[in-house]
Amino acid sequence: MDLAFTKEEQAFREEVRQFFRDNVPPDTRRKMIEGRHLSKDEMVTWWRILNKKGWGVSHWPKQYGGTGWTSVQHYIFNEELQSYPAPQPLAFGVSMVGPVIYTFGNEEQKKQYLPRIANVDDWWCQGFSEPGSGSDLASLKTKAERRGDKWIINGQKTWTTLAQHADMIFCLCRTDNNAKKQMGISFIVFSMKSKGVTVRPIQTIDGGHEVNEVFFDDVEVPIENLIGEENKGWDYAKFLLGNERTGIARVGVSKERLRRIRDLAGKVESAGKPIIQDAAFREKLAACEIELKALELTQLRVVADEGKHGKGKPNPASSVLKIKGSEIQQTTTELLMEVIGPFAAPYDVHGDDGSNEAMDWTAQIAPSYFNNRKVSIYGGSNEIQRNIIAKAVLGL
Amino acid sequence: MDFDLNEEQRLLKESIDGLLTDSYDFEQRKKYMAEKGGWSKTVWLKLAEQGLLGLPFSEADGGFGGGGVETMIVMEALGKALVLEPYLATIVIGGGFLRHAGTDAQKAAHVPGIIDGSKTLAFAQLEKNSRYDLFDVSTTAKKKGDGWVIDGEKFVVLNGENADTLVVTARTKGERRDRSGIGVFLVPANAKGVARKGYPTQDGLHAADITLTGVEVGPDAVLGNPEDSLALIERVVDEARIALCAEAVGLMDESLKTTVEYIKTRKQFGVAIGSFQSLQHRASDMFVAAEQARSMSMFATMASDFENAKERTNAIAAAKVQIGKSLKFVGQQSIQLHGGIGMTMEAKIGHYFKRLTMIENTFGDTDYHQRRVADAGGLV
Repeated sequence: MDLAFTKEEQAFREEVRQFFRDNVPPDTRRKMIEGRHLSKDEMVTWWRILNKKGWGVSHWPKQYGGTGWTSVQHYIFNEELQSYPAPQPLAFGVSMVGPVIYTFGNEEQKKQYLPRIANVDDWWCQGFSEPGSGSDLASLKTKAERRGDKWIINGQKTWTTLAQHADMIFCLCRTDNNAKKQMGISFIVFSMKSKGVTVRPIQTIDGGHEVNEVFFDDVEVPIENLIGEENKGWDYAKFLLGNERTGIARVGVSKERLRRIRDLAGKVESAGKPIIQDAAFREKLAACEIELKALELTQLRVVADEGKHGKGKPNPASSVLKIKGSEIQQTTTELLMEVIGPFAAPYDVHGDDGSNEAMDWTAQIAPSYFNNRKVSIYGGSNEIQRNIIAKAVLGL
Repeated sequence: MDFDLNEEQRLLKESIDGLLTDSYDFEQRKKYMAEKGGWSKTVWLKLAEQGLLGLPFSEADGGFGGGGVETMIVMEALGKALVLEPYLATIVIGGGFLRHAGTDAQKAAHVPGIIDGSKTLAFAQLEKNSRYDLFDVSTTAKKKGDGWVIDGEKFVVLNGENADTLVVTARTKGERRDRSGIGVFLVPANAKGVARKGYPTQDGLHAADITLTGVEVGPDAVLGNPEDSLALIERVVDEARIALCAEAVGLMDESLKTTVEYIKTRKQFGVAIGSFQSLQHRASDMFVAAEQARSMSMFATMASDFENAKERTNAIAAAKVQIGKSLKFVGQQSIQLHGGIGMTMEAKIGHYFKRLTMIENTFGDTDYHQRRVADAGGLV
């Protein structure tokens, strides 16, 4: 057993950190620290910088533009990216549909889609959840019928993150009504500009617009847009969801936020002195930091295990990452609420024009707290995660 | 970055797991508990035979030169089997003082007997009002000739009833809560003026309250600097905390395993109660808590080699916090999921719960260590 990173790994961390310092647009970083939403342009600009460096799709196989890094290097890269902070690559393209295409797609599809995913020439969104199919995803109803050389798609998706920016969607569609529910699903990709696609915004409790409803009304999709085999879509979906195991803990995100809390708590006063001097607050903060340290170690155990034994066998510790990672993220937003106290209330009256530097940081704290309730719901709710542990790990 | 055991460590784990599987099931444990002193000399000698009592001592001292990971392996295994024998008191703590501060003569006098299983030690530290502060020492050691005279009262001294030698903390200078002026002394348990009142503890171990009245010891009794040994005490107690974390991980593993087996077989309403989602989720949360604890136990084990004393102490305190929280949850929910049977002395789960509970209150509880981390400026 050894906790230390190698000299090479430490040098790699320094290289990554320096690259972020030199290349992340300062305004993008500031907005992320303040918990503000970024514009499409701001995100794409950064991702193209990353892609130009060759780090846009770092975990892909080398032949498709990946880096060939070790699992520890990936871990370091992610941690530095999250804690700098800078936007992570668009998961829907880079972590989700990309790997499905290079694993199950044909040569034509790989050539057509992969480079465009890497450079975010296409913004992808995920067509999985439906109004009646949340945790019970396999009950989905959106239908794709073969008609000549086309699929005709009808139905509705929901919680479609950033669909308002999207050029492409990967979609789970029912292609066989008679099969067992998991067996009749296919994985089909198509343009969001297709006739019959309607995107309707959902305003979330933080006041933001991240998610959407997407309606398909006789959308015509070329037959060759099926990825892999017909009716095997469920397998690809499981592959896709199981792909990102360690990033989900978001240790770097929570680290950055805890540093920010410490910083703010040294400035904001309570009872005539900085709130960090309040013993009860300080202990609560320490409690969260300890939880995060434990999670970081759990994550490192998974990373080290993958590096040594490959990704084949799931490490039981990885099931912990989603549950604890989301709980800690939520706790950090609660601590920020506590720091800001009564100034949580004002709506973002100043906007983001930089006119009131002293108060700008306060505007997003309550919205960020509201928004972060999502992290224990999405990606398989924490209750679903507990089902998984009970079944897969404990054999219940 | 590596969390795997090496080949030798794997063999060590197999060897101790094998020994305890053969000689330490729950029924056997009851017999050992009924023996004089509350633990089994036979088992202790078996541990000696397999080299486990000499594990952390250097080869020069007749040991095997094992490090933190080796101790972690042993403590986890001892926890899993709910072992009563005084490994912590004798090998980790008593032995720790000898390893860190013993002179060649002191080691020659004590270590061989420890390694061959003929002698055990106890750490006489806790006082009536000292609670978790290691520097809070009222017991005094006054110079007399070239030796010392020790007076004071020590409480809940683990293995104090049976130990051959006591490691006693005593003040040589200053006031009760001064950080300097504290010494550590090796005191024969049968020395004149030592009165021991032994008793079983809640978790089935044995301890003693010890009164020292004009106990005279020679200059060879002093471990380290008699006027400034707090750092030594902190170092050894930190190692004890790490060992307790590992023991707790073993206890939690076994508690979770036992509980999951139970809810798979216990039937109500015509089905195994483990088919109910509320119980499944509880068991999953126990698993999460146990894994977080395991991570921090490993962290603390590896942190014991940190050069920076502040970082080391902070890491170990953080581990004790996580272990404290996890063990409380896993322990309590193990009883809850067992239902009524979990409340009985007859079922083994309650005994795991009791040992886990006592670990939280040994060498600093969750609040105590959380405050230490907070006051040190946190962990990020």
